[in-house]
Amino acid sequence: MFAESVKMAIDGMITNKMRTFLTLLGIIIGVAAVIAMISLGMGVKAQIKENISSLGSNLLIISPGGRTSSGARLASGTGVRLTYDDAKAIEKNVNGIEYVAPSVSSSYQLVVGNQNWTANVEGTTPNVIDIRSFKIEEGRMFTDKDLDSRARVAVIGQTIVDNLFPDGDPVGKIVRINKAPFKVVGILGVKGQSANGQDQDDVVYIPLTTAQQRMMGITYLNRITVQAQNEDVINEAQADIETLLRNRHKVKDGGDDDFTVRNLAALMDTMMETANTITLLLGNIAAISLLVGGIGIMNIMLVSVTERTREIGIRKALGATYNNILLQFLIEAMVIGVVGGILGTVLGVGASYALSYFSGWKTVVSVVAIFVAVIFSIGIGLFFGIYPARKAALLDPIDALRYE
Amino acid sequence: MAVIELKDIVKTYQMGDSIVHALDHVTVDIGVGEFTSIVGPSGSGKSTMMNIIGCLDRPTSGQYFLDGKEIGGYDDDELAKTRNQKIGFVFQNFNLLPRLSALLNVALPLVYAGVPEPERLKRAQEILASVGLGDRVHHKPTEMSGGQRQRVAIARALINQPAIIMADEPTGNLDTKSSYEIMDIFRSLNDDGKTVVMVTHEPDIAEMTKRIIHMRDGKVVQDEWR
Repeated sequence: MFAESVKMAIDGMITNKMRTFLTLLGIIIGVAAVIAMISLGMGVKAQIKENISSLGSNLLIISPGGRTSSGARLASGTGVRLTYDDAKAIEKNVNGIEYVAPSVSSSYQLVVGNQNWTANVEGTTPNVIDIRSFKIEEGRMFTDKDLDSRARVAVIGQTIVDNLFPDGDPVGKIVRINKAPFKVVGILGVKGQSANGQDQDDVVYIPLTTAQQRMMGITYLNRITVQAQNEDVINEAQADIETLLRNRHKVKDGGDDDFTVRNLAALMDTMMETANTITLLLGNIAAISLLVGGIGIMNIMLVSVTERTREIGIRKALGATYNNILLQFLIEAMVIGVVGGILGTVLGVGASYALSYFSGWKTVVSVVAIFVAVIFSIGIGLFFGIYPARKAALLDPIDALRYE
Repeated sequence: MAVIELKDIVKTYQMGDSIVHALDHVTVDIGVGEFTSIVGPSGSGKSTMMNIIGCLDRPTSGQYFLDGKEIGGYDDDELAKTRNQKIGFVFQNFNLLPRLSALLNVALPLVYAGVPEPERLKRAQEILASVGLGDRVHHKPTEMSGGQRQRVAIARALINQPAIIMADEPTGNLDTKSSYEIMDIFRSLNDDGKTVVMVTHEPDIAEMTKRIIHMRDGKVVQDEWR
């Protein structure tokens, strides 16, 4: 009976080719849209995740200056200073911390021979490469010994290499930073652009002490970057750091912080949430088109029931029960759902790849999304098929036989 | 032995404000192997009687025994099953499914009887051969003449070996020659012991049956044995 009905349904679909195609199109577009939109949303999410983790994961960035209760905010780096001792205290007293990298930075002109380039020079500690997830391409990172001796050594990014050393092989050569000679001891691996379009390879790292005392003549820090051991302890570490710094800076109870701790994990969570919302929104909009497709199925099924009233009457006279007729029409609706779902999946996956190929947007085709969309389209076939099928099954055989 | 027993059957319809008595206390018995025609002008209730005998409709009151069983309390699905197993229908306008071949049309009642496909087709083939259409099994109804279509319909009525064959104006859409051919088939079926009940308004067709029940205004006015 079931195989019989499927055969009859497919038969009927072939007989009315144009009508079947248009009905299918509604479901195909719906399913394809759901899959393409969710792929796009998932792509956005993956992109955000990649961008943020390329900054380094589980980072807390502490900068001087804080929000005031009036809403006015002092510029970063003014007012109370962060010091190297603050950084050391954090490293010593706060649990759950992997690395602490204090840093200062300033923009300087770099000169090698007749080449020059202006870049941000950052004075920091050697562990910065771990925090920023850099690799050393060639040579070495400067060491704690260099830090103690305020050595004039520098580690440079690929962009600097390209601009200052067109002949290559910079390790061991001298670069003049703000006229002072520095020996290049290492080159960083290529990292590319960051999320906001910054060139992450346009960096020069020198020892913190060298930068503070020999270049800038300052004792404070612009920033302390802290990497927590994992996501679970990062919020606790943040709270501990805040308490510690308030104590060290003698901020009174109820007074405003004179520093700001930015939590990149929290930032990532927020952006992930945004991406999820976008995905959901896109998916929902697409789902509406699937719903419209379903209404198309219902419309065609109703037409089909009216058109075949006489056939229904004949079948009933010959002994078809309510369930026989219901099943026959439900299967027809479901066949449309299944065929539309399969074709829609093909189109949707194709559209996702085409989208990332032509527009450069990242898309992630989700198997779950495909599964859900196909199940959903079959469900829609069932849901929108049940009313016409019931209508057919409830027809009175005498009236149906008389129908012209 | 009576295969059809109608006892005091009443069927009323609500038509706007008035109630129409389509059947007014009808009591009729039809025995096994009879060849009966029901005649009467339109509005006499013969179609309603046909629908009730054919288990397409239920009486408002009275009892109907088909093959010894009371049909009155049956629900829709039980009536469908009864139609499938006990009754073979032949209609004025043939009522074949246009998209299906003669073979599949004839096999259709067996689909609902749950007979497996190979057996269905084998039986349909045999029955079609017996009505003289053994060489046209794969033709569609639209490719056949009226007489041939009606023979397909008769084959379909016969396939589940029903207790009675109900024919509703079976010659109404046929020319005279085809009409006589169809009546010959009915007569030979009756000779083989089948019970045939036929509704018609053509006197010459009714003449060919063995019993004529005349109806008027929902009542049996004359029951003529020949």
